[in-house]
Amino acid sequence: MNLIVGVLIVLGILIFAIGIVGILRLPDFYSRLHAAGKSDSLGSILIICGFALYNLHDPSLTNVLVSLKMVFIAMFIFLASPTATHAIVDTALILGAEPWKKEKKEKKEKKRP
Amino acid sequence: MAKVATFVVMLAFWVVLSGMFDGFHFSLGVVCCALVAIFSHDLLFFGGDRRSWVRGVIGLILYIPWLLWEILLANLHVAYIVLHPRMMELIDPQLIRFKTKLKKPLSQVTLAQSITLTPGTITVDIRDGEFTIYALTKEAAEGCPGSMEDRIAKALEDR
Repeated sequence: MNLIVGVLIVLGILIFAIGIVGILRLPDFYSRLHAAGKSDSLGSILIICGFALYNLHDPSLTNVLVSLKMVFIAMFIFLASPTATHAIVDTALILGAEPWKKEKKEKKEKKRP
Repeated sequence: MAKVATFVVMLAFWVVLSGMFDGFHFSLGVVCCALVAIFSHDLLFFGGDRRSWVRGVIGLILYIPWLLWEILLANLHVAYIVLHPRMMELIDPQLIRFKTKLKKPLSQVTLAQSITLTPGTITVDIRDGEFTIYALTKEAAEGCPGSMEDRIAKALEDR
């Protein structure tokens, strides 16, 4: 039991870490959102499932209810995280932040003269 | 009918959140849930008859495990890209558009959320059944919408 909990939490933290590396390495606002918005959903679900399982080591009614609440938190993150990501991307596109493209540098040099 | 169903769902939620079963707290919950059910019963169970609702819920329950598996695979893919030493050559961000065949607003929203949840793609906009997707790599753009649309159509659309 404790082993499963440990594996779940460590996996969740690893996924968060990869998300942070992604935020640092990716080139522009939009692609950073990929790393920021998604590694969240899976990472937090894994960590919360780990907590909920750990909380069940002594299965009394209160503990089961607390674990259920944690599962609810995971569900709401599952719903809210893509909605927030979508809203941020949409706003950025409307405001005209320019997406990074592979050949962007050459294009800009051509446009200038 | 919708009021009773809303009341039952609300009460179950109240019991889980409160965790106290003495007369005072439970009766408070019953009163609150009844008020919410009377005022906003059309928010939870909007439109449609009862059978399509039951089918939709069962379809969603069957759909979610597959979605979780897809999210896991896609997360691994993005992790591979992010940790790759020559990441800049792998990624190729692009905006793509496609028409969906899903009709119901609920299934369109489900598709949009699923696309956003699977890493590598973000839904930017839905307008008149046309999705705008921002994809991180070329493969992610080509694999969209793929089998996800069919599965959602199976789970939520009635034929």
